Amino acid sequence: MAGIYIHIPFCKQACHYCDFHFSTTLHARSELVDALVIELDQRKHDAHDEPVRTIYFGGGTPSLLSGDELKKIMDRVFDTQVVISPAEITLEANPDDLSKNKIKELREAGINRLSIGIQSFRDEDLKWMNRAHLAHQADYAVKAAQDAGFENITIDLIYSIPSLSMNDWRDNLKKAIELNVPHISAYSLTIEPKTVFGHRKAKGLLTPTDESISQDQFLAMVDLFAEAGLLQYEVSNFSKPGLESRHNSSYWKGELYIGIGPSAHSFDGKNRRWNISNNQQYMRGIQRGEPMFEQEILTKEMRYNEYIMTGLRTIWGVELNYLRDHFGVDLNDLYPKEISYWKEEGKMIEKEGVMRLTPKGFLFADRIASDLFIVS
Amino acid sequence: MSQKNIRNFCIIAHIDHGKSTLADRLLQVTKTVDERKLVAQTLDDMDLEREKGITIKAHAIQMNYAYRGEKFVLNLIDTPGHVDFSYEVSRSIAACEGALLIVDSTQGIQAQTISNLYLALEHDLHIIPILNKLDLPNAEPEVVKDQIVDLIGCEREDIIHASGKTGLGVDEILAAICDRIPAPKGDENAPLQAMIFDSVFNSFRGIIAYYRILNGTIKKGDKVKFMATDTSYEADEVGVMGLELQARSEVKAGDIGYIISGIKTASEVKVGDTITHVNNPCSESIKGFEEVKPMVFAGVYPVDTDDYEDLRASMEKLQLNDASLVFEPESSAALGFGFRCGFLGMLHMEIIQERLEREFNMTVITTVPNVSYIAHTTKGEVIEIHNPSELPDSNKLDFVEEPYIKAQIITKTEYTGAVMKLCIEKRGMLQNQHYLTADRVELTFEMPLAEIVFDFYDRLKTISRGYASFDYHPIGLKQSDLVKMDILLNGDQVDALSALIHRDHAFDLGKRICIKLKELIPRQQFEIALQAGIGAKIIARETISALRKDVTAKCYGGDISRKRKLLEKQKEGKKRMRQVGSVEVPQEAFLAVLKLNS
Repeated sequence: MAGIYIHIPFCKQACHYCDFHFSTTLHARSELVDALVIELDQRKHDAHDEPVRTIYFGGGTPSLLSGDELKKIMDRVFDTQVVISPAEITLEANPDDLSKNKIKELREAGINRLSIGIQSFRDEDLKWMNRAHLAHQADYAVKAAQDAGFENITIDLIYSIPSLSMNDWRDNLKKAIELNVPHISAYSLTIEPKTVFGHRKAKGLLTPTDESISQDQFLAMVDLFAEAGLLQYEVSNFSKPGLESRHNSSYWKGELYIGIGPSAHSFDGKNRRWNISNNQQYMRGIQRGEPMFEQEILTKEMRYNEYIMTGLRTIWGVELNYLRDHFGVDLNDLYPKEISYWKEEGKMIEKEGVMRLTPKGFLFADRIASDLFIVS
Repeated sequence: MSQKNIRNFCIIAHIDHGKSTLADRLLQVTKTVDERKLVAQTLDDMDLEREKGITIKAHAIQMNYAYRGEKFVLNLIDTPGHVDFSYEVSRSIAACEGALLIVDSTQGIQAQTISNLYLALEHDLHIIPILNKLDLPNAEPEVVKDQIVDLIGCEREDIIHASGKTGLGVDEILAAICDRIPAPKGDENAPLQAMIFDSVFNSFRGIIAYYRILNGTIKKGDKVKFMATDTSYEADEVGVMGLELQARSEVKAGDIGYIISGIKTASEVKVGDTITHVNNPCSESIKGFEEVKPMVFAGVYPVDTDDYEDLRASMEKLQLNDASLVFEPESSAALGFGFRCGFLGMLHMEIIQERLEREFNMTVITTVPNVSYIAHTTKGEVIEIHNPSELPDSNKLDFVEEPYIKAQIITKTEYTGAVMKLCIEKRGMLQNQHYLTADRVELTFEMPLAEIVFDFYDRLKTISRGYASFDYHPIGLKQSDLVKMDILLNGDQVDALSALIHRDHAFDLGKRICIKLKELIPRQQFEIALQAGIGAKIIARETISALRKDVTAKCYGGDISRKRKLLEKQKEGKKRMRQVGSVEVPQEAFLAVLKLNS
C-alpha cells in the first residue's frame, strides 16, 4: 500500500512557531499547481504498482486552494495511480477558510477527512502565535463541516504555551472533546530556531514553558482523552478506535509514500528523498524535467533505527520477531540493561512479543529509542 | 658534495605566518617534489598536524639547487612551533648554520618567533629575514620592517619580500640561502660526531634517527654508539632525506642524514644525543643534550572498562614513536583501571588523546591534569606526587612544594596591563619588564607551572587578541599552600575529578567547576547534586534538575530522517559517557576544570 502527500506551500500569514516550508506570496499559486500536476506525471511509477490507500494535502495551508485547483490535482492522482476505494483523503484546513461554500467544494473534490488547525480555543493564545483565525471561527468551522457530512475530522491543539495555565489547558481539552470529533492531534509547543519564537528565545524574550508543566499537561490530556474514549495511538495522536489517521500511521509503520511539491519527503521502503524547499527552484526544475531533490540511501542499521524510533512512538510498539527476521537482532539480548531499566521505571512493557511504551514512557520516547539504537 | 656547497637551515615563524606554504614553494622550485604530488603543506605528514596547523614533529628534507653554475645541497630542517616542544626546537636549531625568519607582513613579529629567534642567535645562526604574505591588501611592510630591523639589526634591504601564495620572492630566498648562510665547517676525517635532532617510527624498519654530522663520516655497516643511552648498533642503512629516504653508502661532515639500525623503540633514540663510532669514538658528546621530562600528568582511562588491555597495547605502540610519552598503570574508584601518563605539556596531551582515537580507535577519558608536586610529611618523608589522590592527609602533611617556571611573554604595550593582571591572578611575580621596540614589551614572570596548565594560554591569547606569545623554562620548586579539592556527584566523591589547587583559589574555582559540570553533564531522570569540597567541608554546590520529558512533538514523513540522525548522535555521545555511581558523565566533563572560561 502506498500513500501520497501533496505539499501546498502557501499561507496567508506566518505562525510564530512554524518552521515548515511555505510562502506568504500567493500569486504563484496556479503555476505551482501546474508543477504539482507535472510531478505527479513524472513520478507515476514511484508507487511500484502498489495501490494508493491515502492521499494527504498538507502545508502550508491547503485550504487556500480553490475547488478547481484541488480538483485538477486530484484528477491527476487518480489518472496516474491505482487508488483503492474508499481511500482516506485528508486536507489540512484553517478554520477561517472553512466557509459553507468552501466545505462543499472540498467534499465535491473528493476530500473525506478534514484536519482543522484549531490549536487553542483562547483568542489570547491564537493572537500570541499569530494564527489567522479567532476562537469562535474554530467552533463554527467544525460544526459546519459536520453538518456538511464530514464525519472523519481531526483537530490540532497546542499545549506548553507559556501563558496557558493547567486550568486553561483543561478547558481547551474539554472543548475539544465536546466537539465530538473522532481524532485529535495535540502537540507540545516546540520553539524552532528559524521562527519568530526562536528569535525571541535567542534574545531572552521568550522563556519556554517549564518541563514539569509540560509533563503535567501531557499527563492530564492523556487521562481526559482516555475518559472520552480517545485512544493515544501515538505520542501526539488520539482517536476513537479504528479512526486513526491511516496516512500518518504509514509513516510510523515504514510504508511507502510519495511526496509531491516543494520540501515534500518520499520513502520507497529503502531510501528517503526530499524535494527542494524553494517554490521557484522547484517549479523551474519540474518544468525542465529536472526534479530537484536530495536523497539518502538507508543502510540496514538506519532502517533498524527508524523502525525502533517510529515504532516506539506508537501503541503498536516494536515487534521482537520483526527485529529478529529483518535485522537479525534479539533486542533483549542486545540491550538487557537498558530494557530492564525502562521497564522498572514503568515506561516500557513487553507483551506478546511486542515492546512498547506506556503513556509515561511516551514522554521519554526519544531517549528510550536512542538507548536502543545501533550505531557503529 | 663538498661541504662548501651544503647549506643547513631552519625556519623560524609564528603559527599561521605561512611557514609551511613557503616551504612547499621551496620544494616546488627546487623540483624536490612533483607538482602533482604537492599536497598542501608537504612537510606535515600527520593528518593531525595538518588540521591543527602546527608542525608537531620536526622533519628534514634535502633539496638540490643549481645556482651560479654550481650545485648546492640545501637541507631544510622543520621545527615544531609550540612551547611544549621547545627542547626539540633548540636541537633543530643546533643542527643548522642559518635560519629563515618568516614574518607575516599583516601581523608583525610575535613572541613565539622572538624566543626561537633568540635561540637561533645564541647558536650563531645567520638570519635571513623574510616578509611574507605581501599579496594581502592589509600588509604593512614598512611597519613590520622596522620591527625586524629593531630586532635583529639587519639592513632594510636585506629583508626579502615574499608571498607563499603567489610565489613572490622564492628565487631570491634560495639565492640568499646559498649566498648568505655559511657553509658547515666540519672535519670529515675526524672521529664521528653526529647530533640526533629527531626520530620517526616506521612500522617496517623500526626507528629512523635523523642527525646532523658535525665531524667525521658515517658509512653503511659502521658500528656506532649512541653516547647518552650508551648503546651500540650496526648502521644497516644510512642516507639522506628527499621527499622519501635515499640510501647512500656514506654521509659526511656538514650534512644531514638518517640511520636505520634495527632500533625498535623510540626511547633508545634521544633527541640531542651524539652518535659516534664504537671503535674510534669522539672525545666528548655534543653539548646541549637533556633528558626530556614530562611536565604534566593525567589519568587516561578507557571509556569502556573492557578495553583496558587494548589501551595498554595502543599506548605501548604510541610510545614506540613518541619517547616523551610515559605511563604507568593506576586505578580509580570512579573509572577503574587506567594509566597515569606524563606529557610534555597540554598540547602534547591533546595530541596523544587524539592519536589514540584516530590511529587506534580508542575512546579515552582524560582526567584533570596536574604537575608533579613534592610532599613533605611530618615524619620527614619526601613523596613525589603525580596524582591528587597521593597527597597525604592534612594531619600527616608538613608542606608541599610545587614546580615554578620563568615565563617570558611578549606583547604589544597596550596589552601590558591585562597580561600583568592575568599573570598576577595566576600567582605570578613580575621579574622584569623590557621594551623590545617602542610598542613591544617583554614581561618576565615567575609562576607556578600548574597555573600555566589550567587555561593560561587560551586566556593570554584572548586578552591580548592574539598579540602575545609566551615561552617558559622550569626554575625549580617552591613551597605552596595547596589543598586537594574533591568533587562529589550525588554525595559520592569522584576521585578522577579531584584537583590540587592553591587554597586562595579554592572557593572561586569550586564554584566555577560546579557551574561548568552542570553545563557538561546532561540531565538525567533524577536530580543530581554537584558539590565541591575540601576535606569534609563543602565549598560549592549546584543542582542538575531531573529531566521530565524527552520526546519530539511531531514525527511525520519529513521529520524521520532528521530525528533519526539526532538520536544517532545522542547514542554516539552516550558511548563517550562513563557511569559514575548512577550518573552518566560525558568524557569532556572530566576535563571541565580546563574549560572554565569557554
